[in-house]
Amino acid sequence: MNEVERTVPATEEGRSLTVRIWRGAQDGEFVSYAVPWRANQTVLDVVTEIQRRIEPALAYRFSCRVGVCGSCAMTVNGKPRWTCRSHVGHVHEDGVLTLEPLRNLPRIKDLVVDMSGFFDKWQQAGGRFSGTATRHDPPAAVDPYSRKRRLADAAIECINCGVCHAACDVVAWKPDYLGPAALNRAWTLVNDERHAGARDTLKRALADGGCCACHTQGGCMAHCPLGLSPTGSIAGLKRLALLEFFKGGR
Amino acid sequence: MGLRSADRHQAYLAFLGHRISGLALAFFLPLHFLVLGLALEGQARLDGLLAFAAMPAVKAAEWALVVLLALHLGLGLRLLAVEFLAWPGARGARLHWIGRAAGFALSVGLVFLWSILRG
Repeated sequence: MNEVERTVPATEEGRSLTVRIWRGAQDGEFVSYAVPWRANQTVLDVVTEIQRRIEPALAYRFSCRVGVCGSCAMTVNGKPRWTCRSHVGHVHEDGVLTLEPLRNLPRIKDLVVDMSGFFDKWQQAGGRFSGTATRHDPPAAVDPYSRKRRLADAAIECINCGVCHAACDVVAWKPDYLGPAALNRAWTLVNDERHAGARDTLKRALADGGCCACHTQGGCMAHCPLGLSPTGSIAGLKRLALLEFFKGGR
Repeated sequence: MGLRSADRHQAYLAFLGHRISGLALAFFLPLHFLVLGLALEGQARLDGLLAFAAMPAVKAAEWALVVLLALHLGLGLRLLAVEFLAWPGARGARLHWIGRAAGFALSVGLVFLWSILRG
């Protein structure tokens, strides 16, 4: 670990927080900063304080700051998290925070990763909705209590923050694996009665690198900040894969 | 740093337990079939191997293997239930089955130990 480079003066209590931040891209190193310990601060607050007061060149992403956009996701003390919803008091380890970019995605600079591959996989999994109705047609009458709609609703709130993708070992082992977020999206579309391309989406989700590559470790479910279960969505796709197999569809 | 093993969760431990016990099974089965084959070839060689298997260290390894196989069965049943049965809820990954599988493996281990001690 590097020596603490620069600091912000500690609070009156004198307590400070040590923050180790990955600096660089694929090649880089951890640099330590010391900031005042405050009773109520999120990890994103701390990163912002370091960028504003100590290290203006520090690169990181954020937007909404309230857990809506998902753009501030990083690896905090070894776990992928939304930094805006991570209270320092809950995640520090002996007064130390170690911050890295999300795992399984190419690093651009410091805490910023290239998300384009993540979104490409969304498309590869058939994640684009294609409707059959036009704007002149009345809205589709979807029964919210139907089995398929309830299955879709259970997975629909994903905001593509990439936390599950970073938590997944299979993505790390098998780079062409579509990943939990893309397959979760495919599951919602397969169950969406308005989606015209359900067969195509299912075919893509069952192809090589699709749902059958999942080892059911459940890391996506354990780390999803929204409490969704991509593991459950992938299990649903696996059941459909079995049905397709018995029907001779593959 | 990446994700650390200390941060792993219950389902990940189940994954590890299932895979490691599966590997143990993969190593054990060829030896098991070898012993069965020796029984066909001659009593003397089989007796020699059975005497080797009666050594305390080998018995302990056999006990560990039995426990791992029971664990593999229990965790495998959970995996089949998770992947092929409807989930009780959106996050119903049947995590409580992991503890049951461990309890089952331990019970089998105790029964096996009891049978060894009884001779």
